[in-house]
Amino acid sequence: MKHLKIDNLHVSIGQSEILRGLSLDLPTGQVHAIMGPNGSGKSTLAKVIAGHPDYTVTSGDILVDGESILEMEPDARARQGIFLAFQYPSEIPGVTIANFLRAALQARLPEGKELEATEYYAKLYEKMDLLEMPRTFTSRAVNEGFSGGEKKRCEILQMAMLQPTFALLDETDSGLDIDALKIVSHGVNSLRGPETGMLVITHYQRLLNYIVPDFVHVMVNGRIVESGTKELALKLEAEGYDWATEPEAEAVAV
Amino acid sequence: MASASVSGVPLLEGALVEGRWPEWFVASRQRGWADFQHLPAPAPKDEKWRFSKVKALALDSFRYPAAVADAAALVARSTGLGESAARFVFANNRLLAATAPAAGLLKAGLVVMTLEEAARQHADLVEKHFMAQEFKLGSAKYAALHRSGPVNGVFIRVPKNLEVAQPIEIFHWVEGENSAVFPHTLVVCERQSKATVVDCFRSADDEPAFACGVNDLVVEEGAKLNYVAVQQWSLAATAFHLNSTTVGRDACCLGMQVNLGGKFVRGESYSRMVAEGARSDMLSVNIAGGDQLIDQRTFQDHAKPSATSDLLYQNALTGKGRTVFSGVIRVEPGAHKTDAYQKVRNIVLSDEAEANSMPGLEIEADDVRCTHGATTAQVDDRELFYLLARGIRPEAAQQLLVMGFFNTVLDRLPDARLRGQIEGLVEKRLSAALRG
Repeated sequence: MKHLKIDNLHVSIGQSEILRGLSLDLPTGQVHAIMGPNGSGKSTLAKVIAGHPDYTVTSGDILVDGESILEMEPDARARQGIFLAFQYPSEIPGVTIANFLRAALQARLPEGKELEATEYYAKLYEKMDLLEMPRTFTSRAVNEGFSGGEKKRCEILQMAMLQPTFALLDETDSGLDIDALKIVSHGVNSLRGPETGMLVITHYQRLLNYIVPDFVHVMVNGRIVESGTKELALKLEAEGYDWATEPEAEAVAV
Repeated sequence: MASASVSGVPLLEGALVEGRWPEWFVASRQRGWADFQHLPAPAPKDEKWRFSKVKALALDSFRYPAAVADAAALVARSTGLGESAARFVFANNRLLAATAPAAGLLKAGLVVMTLEEAARQHADLVEKHFMAQEFKLGSAKYAALHRSGPVNGVFIRVPKNLEVAQPIEIFHWVEGENSAVFPHTLVVCERQSKATVVDCFRSADDEPAFACGVNDLVVEEGAKLNYVAVQQWSLAATAFHLNSTTVGRDACCLGMQVNLGGKFVRGESYSRMVAEGARSDMLSVNIAGGDQLIDQRTFQDHAKPSATSDLLYQNALTGKGRTVFSGVIRVEPGAHKTDAYQKVRNIVLSDEAEANSMPGLEIEADDVRCTHGATTAQVDDRELFYLLARGIRPEAAQQLLVMGFFNTVLDRLPDARLRGQIEGLVEKRLSAALRG
């Protein structure tokens, strides 16, 4: 079992502090959900773990199996097994999905070793079938002109191909209709297993009906304020986030 | 031509003894020489040479080269698509090897032969089209030099209704320090014919060299010509490539200039739509790295109504590379319902690189649709992060993004095999340019 450990993490962008002492332990084999209102810092957490250069870690640490990854470049973190499924995936004009994924897999091979084309395509087609993606997708430019649902499916396809140790799913349900949500969730669920830890970030409980988490954390104002099992998500669904934000509001009022 | 008239010009000295040219051609040479002498050299303040480097045009050191040392080796290195309808290899202005078209194509009337042979056998056609367009874009003097020099290359006539499936490939090599070459390609696609022609310009070594090349493309009613020039001169070379295209009624010419080599490259592309329904696609992919300067001037000349021209030039710059693009769309009086587009896109990968873009319109008709635009950008940070987040290393990510940028142009090539070959050459040069 491996651990992705977030230890009292403080993160700023420019002058404003977004994460304010966040701690979390995600072992492989588990799915943790992070829920919270808009602006609570959920997406920041995902991007900081992936190494996005816009954010500054002012204190605390991010560790994989006890080793800090803060000094690692984003590409090195990805090769180490961290995968971020973006909330807003970039369009990459002129770069086909096939070439893009080949480059990503090639980067994981030792120097001088070439990716085996037949195996690559066999795996690619298998994963595309899983996500009900037509074969013509391989020759389309990454995310270019994709619908919201196609973009999210493409993110999960990449995750399936790269087989990360820790997957961070940032609002994967946003922009999906119910059919697309089912396909994407099916794809995600098929990747669950003892070798993979998942952090599912969402604003709504709906996604968690399909990707059932082992633990749920509630994030408010850059901290985790409550942790529990999947029933916690149902409570949030019923009561909203007000109860969780109140202490902060009182503190401000004082 | 009196040999005395070129004495003192090492570039041409001894050049004109080569070949057996007819009288009309010799007269044309003499006119070319007279023009070259009286036309002024470009001055730095000349609008048509703005942002260029006229100092780079000292031609004194270049000379007419001897034949190459190892012809067989260069022929062996002239690997292109593998399969072609015809293949001609020239080096240092001399024909090294020729693979004629298959008997069936010859019988159907396809002509692919050296310009020299064509000047005798197809004198009417060659004389009619050889450098028939005026050179308006700044290099008339160098066009005259070409005309007066030892031009060598291929004449292609695609007879009406014939479709030539495989590309016709032409290689022009230059070898030896300061060698000067004068490649020429003349293509006449007759009514309803189809052909693809590929010119490959290559250096056999890393030496400085001079190339002064011209092509004439004539696409008659309903015909379709794809023409690709892949320029891979040495990074020490000085090169002119002057292109003239005439597109007839409902005809279509797709021209693509790929510039990968050269220290100073001046490209001029003039395309004239001479009848309704004509279409000209003017495409270019350029890499300027190190201290390369790629200077391109274009002219989309709409002489008649309801014609289309679509220009897309894309440049990637690294090191101290520089590019210049200056383009004009001209819509002549009466050329109503013209559709003309002009777009240049630069991706600048180094702080010291410099891209200059000067798009322009001259419209003298009503009811036309003309757009032009130029963009200059760096690699997009968001796109780069997306690739990095998949584990792709920064150098590979940059290469992938720039190839993606170029693919939007290369995708316009209808022939997948040709496209693949060119993509490979571009990728190789880009990789070297990114490593500096």
